[in-house]
Amino acid sequence: MKRYETVIGLEVHVELATKTKIFCGCSTAFGGRPNSHTCPVCTGMPGALPVLNRKVLEYAVAVGLAANCRITRYCKFDRKNYFYPDNPQNYQISQLYLPICRDGFVEIETENGSKRIGIHEIHMEEDAGKLIHDEWEDCTLVDYNRSGVPLIEIVSEPDMRGADEVIAYLEKLRQIIQYLGASDCKLQEGSMRADVNLSVREVGAKEFGTRTEMKNLSSFRSIARAIEAERSRQIDLLESGGVVIQETRRFDEEKGTSYAMRSKEDAQDYRYFPDPDLVPISISEEFLEEIRSRQPELRTEKMKRYKAEYDLPDYDIEIITGSKHMADIFEETVKFGAQPKKVSNWLMGETLRLLKEQEADPEDICFSPENLAKLIALTEAKTINSTVAKEIFEVMFKEDVDPERYAEEKGLQMVSDEGALRRTVEEVIQANPKSVEDYRNGKEKALGFLVGQTMKAMKGKADPSSITGLLKELL
Amino acid sequence: MANDISNETIDYVAILARLELTGQEREEARQDMCRMLDYIDKLNELDTSGVEPMSHAFPLQNVFREDEVTEGDGCAETLQNAPEAREDMFVVPRTFD
Repeated sequence: MKRYETVIGLEVHVELATKTKIFCGCSTAFGGRPNSHTCPVCTGMPGALPVLNRKVLEYAVAVGLAANCRITRYCKFDRKNYFYPDNPQNYQISQLYLPICRDGFVEIETENGSKRIGIHEIHMEEDAGKLIHDEWEDCTLVDYNRSGVPLIEIVSEPDMRGADEVIAYLEKLRQIIQYLGASDCKLQEGSMRADVNLSVREVGAKEFGTRTEMKNLSSFRSIARAIEAERSRQIDLLESGGVVIQETRRFDEEKGTSYAMRSKEDAQDYRYFPDPDLVPISISEEFLEEIRSRQPELRTEKMKRYKAEYDLPDYDIEIITGSKHMADIFEETVKFGAQPKKVSNWLMGETLRLLKEQEADPEDICFSPENLAKLIALTEAKTINSTVAKEIFEVMFKEDVDPERYAEEKGLQMVSDEGALRRTVEEVIQANPKSVEDYRNGKEKALGFLVGQTMKAMKGKADPSSITGLLKELL
Repeated sequence: MANDISNETIDYVAILARLELTGQEREEARQDMCRMLDYIDKLNELDTSGVEPMSHAFPLQNVFREDEVTEGDGCAETLQNAPEAREDMFVVPRTFD
């Protein structure tokens, strides 16, 4: 068989974190009663006048600058005409001729070092409504709450050569956008969505092969699977003397395969033209300067600062800054007075363990920095021991309880009463003469057993080092 | 009529617009569209070689709104346009299989 190379370009849609829609004052809040966030503008009523949300422009420019793009100084919106019930206007307001950002790149890390992935353009557009298919009644229900929610579409160059590069690119984009606060980029909830354009060609060939576009990819895992499946499908086709047809394919998550969308659904003839209702945008040097001056610290700078300011191990820095949310929690907890390395240990240890156990993302962490700082303080003050701290942390991780109050309510504080501890140790010595003898004969292991017995008698609420101290003293 | 549009073109436009046309409706649409093209030809008689394409009638730019919620619950008003509604949603024919 010939050797093939996979060529991939991505179209990534990101829902921006604005309070209101792109062209009207309707809320973008998730999960409202169906059609409650609608008005004449976002339902395309004749005569309604869309006006651009300034924040959308600011976010789009901020992402463009962070992705090394040229910002289009004079740009416009265009109408993309299509008829489908998810869009009551019968056109989507988008940007074809003069997109807001062009010619950028981001750097990703690959097995062979860092690699630049070109960004062809970024444009602003509006989202469509949600269609819910009712199998029983054989009809479709439409909720327009999402109609008019602002999106940016980031179109890459066909610079990726495999699933790992695609995932690295998506993670990089997600990181940049989360750091900018422009979106939460949750794939599962649809605030970040990727369409994959893929073709194959013989290694060494100059021309690209015919590409297909794959939609409906809602996790990194399904993106990786879809890429592998489509690569094999195209190679099999070519090897058996067939040709790849340019088409849109829908990935079936359950079956792990894709199928061509019917040509009727896929008819693409959008007859774009400038939107006459939305006036052009002219971007001044002052506006750009303002956005630049407001750009928050991005990950690379943050990593350097963590090294200098907190002196954390590189591995900890890598993990913590990998998620803006986790980095925020780290910094806030330190502000509450906790020692940086202690905070890092909780994040790197128990937090990652529980996230993994629950198959959750760092973005889903819900305990407050204040409570984590309190928990660390309780451990430092030896009010609770480390085993109890871990127990409390598990509850905090789920419900963000106040560890001080929780420890008090459940009676988890260590017994600080020297007398009580001494009495228990004495009882344990009395009850375990064999171990005592072993210890006196030089068996260090026996001491551990006695510590364990004391801890058990104290119901776990004692400081192991105090017990060890007392045992040594009494023996 | 100077322009002629094939039935294939009409069928294609019907697919784009998601319309199901009867034979008679198709013929009427075809004739309407031919007349529209004739009208555009009339506009094309004008010499516009030195004229910049214009997308906006007024010399305005940079009109923005602030990111503040100004609209309340529009459900009832929006659903007035629904020929059929259920659970606060529009009911439309099944969109794909």
